[in-house]
Amino acid sequence: MKILIAGCGEVGETLAYELSLEGYDLTLMDSDPHVLETGFERFDVMSLQGNCASVKSLLRAGVKKCNLLIACTGSDELNLLSCLTARSLNPKLHTIARIRDPEYMEQVYSMRESFGISMTFNPERDAATEIERLIKYPGFLSRETFMGGRAEVAELRIDGESPLCGVPLSSLDSILKCRVLVCAVLRDGIAVIPDGKFVLEAGDRIFVTASTDNLSVMLKSLGIVTKKARRIVIAGGGMMSYYLAKNLKNSEVMIIERDIDRCRELSELLPRVTVVNGTVRNHSFLESEGVTKADALVSLTELDELNVITSLFASRHKIPMIITKIGKPENAGFIENLSLGSVISPGRFSCNAIVRYVRAMRNRGGAASAIHSIADGQAEAMEFLVDPDTLYCDTPLKQVRLKKNVRLACIARGNEVIVPNGDSYFSEGDSVIVAVKDGVEILDLNDIFA
Amino acid sequence: MNYKVMCRFFSMVCLAETVFLLPPIGISIFDGTHASTLGFAITVAISALLCIFFKLLSNNATGTLYAKEGFVCVSASWILISLVGCLPFVISGEIPHFVDALFEIVSGFTTTGASILSDVESLSRAALYWRSFSHWVGGMGVLVFLLAIAPGEKRSSGFTMHLFRAESPGPEVGKLVPKMRQTALFLYVIYIVLTILNFIFLSFGDMDAFEAFCTALGTAGTGGFGVKNDSIASYSPYIQYVTTVFMLLFGVNFSCYYLLLLKQVKAVLRDEELRLYVGIVVSSILVITLHTFFTAHMYSTFEETFRHAAFQVASVISTTGYSTTNFDMWPSVSKGILMLLMFTGACAGSTCGGIKCGRILLLFKSLRRNIHQLVHPQQVQVIRVNGNAMGEKVVANTNAYLSAYMIILLVSFILVSFDGFSLMTNFSAVLSCFNNIGPGFEAVGPMENFGGFGVLSKIVLIFDMLAGRLEIFPMLLTFSRSVWKRN
Repeated sequence: MKILIAGCGEVGETLAYELSLEGYDLTLMDSDPHVLETGFERFDVMSLQGNCASVKSLLRAGVKKCNLLIACTGSDELNLLSCLTARSLNPKLHTIARIRDPEYMEQVYSMRESFGISMTFNPERDAATEIERLIKYPGFLSRETFMGGRAEVAELRIDGESPLCGVPLSSLDSILKCRVLVCAVLRDGIAVIPDGKFVLEAGDRIFVTASTDNLSVMLKSLGIVTKKARRIVIAGGGMMSYYLAKNLKNSEVMIIERDIDRCRELSELLPRVTVVNGTVRNHSFLESEGVTKADALVSLTELDELNVITSLFASRHKIPMIITKIGKPENAGFIENLSLGSVISPGRFSCNAIVRYVRAMRNRGGAASAIHSIADGQAEAMEFLVDPDTLYCDTPLKQVRLKKNVRLACIARGNEVIVPNGDSYFSEGDSVIVAVKDGVEILDLNDIFA
Repeated sequence: MNYKVMCRFFSMVCLAETVFLLPPIGISIFDGTHASTLGFAITVAISALLCIFFKLLSNNATGTLYAKEGFVCVSASWILISLVGCLPFVISGEIPHFVDALFEIVSGFTTTGASILSDVESLSRAALYWRSFSHWVGGMGVLVFLLAIAPGEKRSSGFTMHLFRAESPGPEVGKLVPKMRQTALFLYVIYIVLTILNFIFLSFGDMDAFEAFCTALGTAGTGGFGVKNDSIASYSPYIQYVTTVFMLLFGVNFSCYYLLLLKQVKAVLRDEELRLYVGIVVSSILVITLHTFFTAHMYSTFEETFRHAAFQVASVISTTGYSTTNFDMWPSVSKGILMLLMFTGACAGSTCGGIKCGRILLLFKSLRRNIHQLVHPQQVQVIRVNGNAMGEKVVANTNAYLSAYMIILLVSFILVSFDGFSLMTNFSAVLSCFNNIGPGFEAVGPMENFGGFGVLSKIVLIFDMLAGRLEIFPMLLTFSRSVWKRN
């Protein structure tokens, strides 16, 4: 399948990385030859310098033979125009456009047909939705929902005092008093798909599959008391902060923004939010504004470094919930040992959605219905529907051999969510969640069997 | 430097060479030439051991090849395959001296075709095959071959571009399709198809299958090792015409063939480099034919003059180095033209050596711009090739290439002069090796060989051949301090 990626910024690069791993024929397009060269050297792709909305450049990029165009330049207008132009050159083309401006979002959705757009995405809004979920249901570093919200993969850090320290996975259920399954562990920055003999250690980050109801039971058994966040401070007043503040209707939200004009704009758009003009670099200013008394601090400035410092400041002042935005996912690896709370990369959520869309294009039948990348992008949790072609239906799992680094994490049958053991089985019509370490290629459910 | 990843690569190179060395064993067993069977068998064992050795060294290698490692990897791989590839000649005693054997095989892999042997026909068929095959695999590149077949790690696959760039000839190396592996595969498929076509056409003439096969391999790589002492001279005019055409075809940028497959004939016809190449070839043939026919009276008919002129022009511009006549006896205007053709070479992205038409085009355009800017210092001008603007980096690299080219040429010329041959011999020997052609003039003319040079000269010429094949920079980089510094 041939994919054209217009715009080689942060999102474009993440997409190029993810999609080249899946083995598609990629062409990168950008007007800046320097960023293009970096992308060209990093990934196995073609590169083409040019304006992604001009007919000439699109033709040179072979748009007539492409299957998909992903327009993710920094400008909404350019993305729309690019999709529109490309679609008129090749009516069969699927197009995905990045639309960030909230004013456009809705009208583009209603005018999808005339713009020729198959899908829009908004990394900032998707990330804001994710942060909102973390704030509303605290206790976990990250949560990914599956099966229409009935099952989740939640991330926990095991610290020295945790009752789970030194416990083999097989005896986990008796401690937690509910049925859960650890589908991935991140130890020293390396993801492992564990088996029953695996012993947990302090410092591990574990990814647990369970039904949504059981997650709260689990938190209670672990003695993690969760308090609803009332006072929330957002550092940085970018697009993501706007979406987040807008979503957090029932809390006291304060946004700290350096630029006075942006502050006025935000204050106009968000009448119930306190907007403060100042820099988060100035810690006495933060104290004077009462930031240290907040229930949650979300660092969303443009600079990763500043976000890290701000979150460390918050953790020094024992703010119960901290969320840190890290723009470059590669950076997430080596700041793992700092107490930054939940670390989120805005591009990731949209990227997951696009990868899902692309897989569905390629393989209409057995494609995953949800994909979430977990464990710093080193593993994936995928949801599949069991169809008549699936092998080993109704066979107890202890008789089914799976590939290395693959785990069947959850089965949903009707209203029931089953966390499987050796006697469990799946039948036609069920949904299953599979955890897979990076490098194992799974396009169809049948790919998981050895 | 990431030595472990490099070792993993070297182990793959050794594995490839082990496989390449198997057919000659079969040939020598079939012929009953025991000395060469022994030579090739021992070399296969050594090559396999090296493969395992590097594999062990590369145990749990992590990371990727960046530009620096890519360049060093390419030049080190070429030195490695040459060191291993010369062993069969030494062990079998066919070329007893190590430096001579090394010269011969480097001349093979770099598609030079300069030989130190005075009697080629005395070699066993296995050795003849190995010499010709080294042309074929060296022409498109060993590493490109590996890129085409070896399973690469997906995560780092983008970085293989560095290897491809370092090994492929031309000022600007691009891909045909998004995936590196498919690009390499396409190139090899075009290469193999053309080689087979050449073989079929040659088989219709007065060549036996083995001769036709070896000649096709030598033509494809634009190498020039023949199986006869007088190269192609004793074959029929038909063979000579076929070889002329195919030498010219292998000098064309392979992406032109890819475009033809895509039916973009217009784009091919408009290609500036191809036009320049065809222009140079046609005008050179015309001038040499007319001049030689009317002043020298060497050949009885006009057709014969034309045939020899066309053959020699094709042979020199495509840097093959076959010959059908002793062009050293030609009048000096014709010899002068041949000498100029030695510099130019054919198109970028083909299997030939030399400066290449594409670079000459760029050099002229950049020179014209510089002159223009003396008159209009404030003017901003972009250099275009085929209507596309060339990056300033490409232009600067091309100019740097020419400087490096001249420096290496002159230094080698001085070093080779110590052997006491005539000026013309020394200069044309260096020129011919550096541009991967084969024969030169006078004592290294088409009917002579390089056996008379001393050890130092041979080593200098070996370096020139490798530097010329790898477009200078990978070789220079390998010997530059900045690469070996820790950071």
